[in-house]
Amino acid sequence: MKVYTETVVHSAPEAFLKDAPYQIAIVVRDDGSRVTGRILGERVAIGDSVELVESRDGVPYFQKARSS
Amino acid sequence: MRPVAVIGTGKTQFGAFPDRTLRSLAVEAGRACLEDARVPPSQVEAFFLGNFAGPSFAGQNHLAPYVGSALGIVGVPATRIEAACASGGSAFFHAFSSVAAGLYDLVLVIGVEKMTSQPTPRVAEILAGAGDLAGEIKAGATFPALFAMIARRHMYQYGTRREDLAAVAVKNHANGAKNPYAHMRKVITLEQALAGKLVAEPLTVYDCSLVSDGAAAVLLAPAERASEFTARPAIVAGIAQTSDRVALDEKEDITTFPAVKKAAEKAYRMAGAGPADIEFAELHDCFTIAEIIALEDLGFVKPGEGGPYSSAGCTALAGPKPVNASGGLKSKGHPVGATGVAQICDVVAQIRGEAGELQLPRHSLGLAQNLGGSGATAVVTVLRGA
Repeated sequence: MKVYTETVVHSAPEAFLKDAPYQIAIVVRDDGSRVTGRILGERVAIGDSVELVESRDGVPYFQKARSS
Repeated sequence: MRPVAVIGTGKTQFGAFPDRTLRSLAVEAGRACLEDARVPPSQVEAFFLGNFAGPSFAGQNHLAPYVGSALGIVGVPATRIEAACASGGSAFFHAFSSVAAGLYDLVLVIGVEKMTSQPTPRVAEILAGAGDLAGEIKAGATFPALFAMIARRHMYQYGTRREDLAAVAVKNHANGAKNPYAHMRKVITLEQALAGKLVAEPLTVYDCSLVSDGAAAVLLAPAERASEFTARPAIVAGIAQTSDRVALDEKEDITTFPAVKKAAEKAYRMAGAGPADIEFAELHDCFTIAEIIALEDLGFVKPGEGGPYSSAGCTALAGPKPVNASGGLKSKGHPVGATGVAQICDVVAQIRGEAGELQLPRHSLGLAQNLGGSGATAVVTVLRGA
């Protein structure tokens, strides 16, 4: 799975004020479909490989793939 | 379908007005518009209100008759149109359609939004309602974040630079500083724009349009009757509204807005004109990257060339293709539901030769492009002098 695009959100909406700044990304799954999720830990850039850590409340959390 | 003309315009100052209500702003613009065309409210045959989130911002629903009746418009269809940031453009499109179809002769359109009564995080949350709440928004995206992701991808695919984005902000602020109706009449430098406070990387506050209060109105009539009301009507030469998917992650290529391309193709065909013929334009610069992509989607430049074209000054007042002479959403302000109607007012002001210090030398064929959300609604309108 690879990062299609990303941003680090500094000005957060009410519900996520405590998380800011945080990174979100559109990730291309291996089947070609895309999903918007959160990035945990190290920041990622377009083209980076990521792996799914967990899904919370329907939101996927990814981290930079250890092999990349 | 019969030809349609804009026979009157009216708008309020855009800004932050803590003691004004949504209704008082809408009424002020509507009244100015009716006075401009010398049409009493009793002659208005239908009323369309463009408004994105009045119920969320102000708690009031049933807004079209609420505003219309305060203007003295009763006993006719009064309809609120919601299409996110394209609510105003969509209201205009539907008003146009009803006149073109011959249903009514005199149709009033008002766009309005009253946004500054809520704190910024709450405003962000209300605006996020124009995105996919079950997906991207739940993951933490805001509208600046969605356009930041668009900007990142555009930069990656085409080499668009941070400086190109900033050049759009600098140009629009330079124009808006000369617009007496603008929210932020402030000239900024490229250095300031680049060093602004980060909102969603790489976008800073200078890449984002303003949270504003304001209203704008236009009155439509069949072109054949325009001379009864004004010596200088503007003819709606071409117009189209189109739609696309709401969620950004469902789009194949986020560096372009297919809805804008499609609306432009249809509007150009209807007008019998092409992008090269358009002399000036008011584009939907909700974020600086959106103006760059609009230049490409409208065919003013090829994909990927919007950034360098902007940096080269081609869209400045004195450039070959002046864009957002009004200051755009960036400097004029972006009271969401008002924006699409205000764009029409600004294009009409140029066509009439009433744009004051911002009057362009070539002003007979202009275009307005209004975008909803991250591209799920687009309205493109081509206007020409009679």
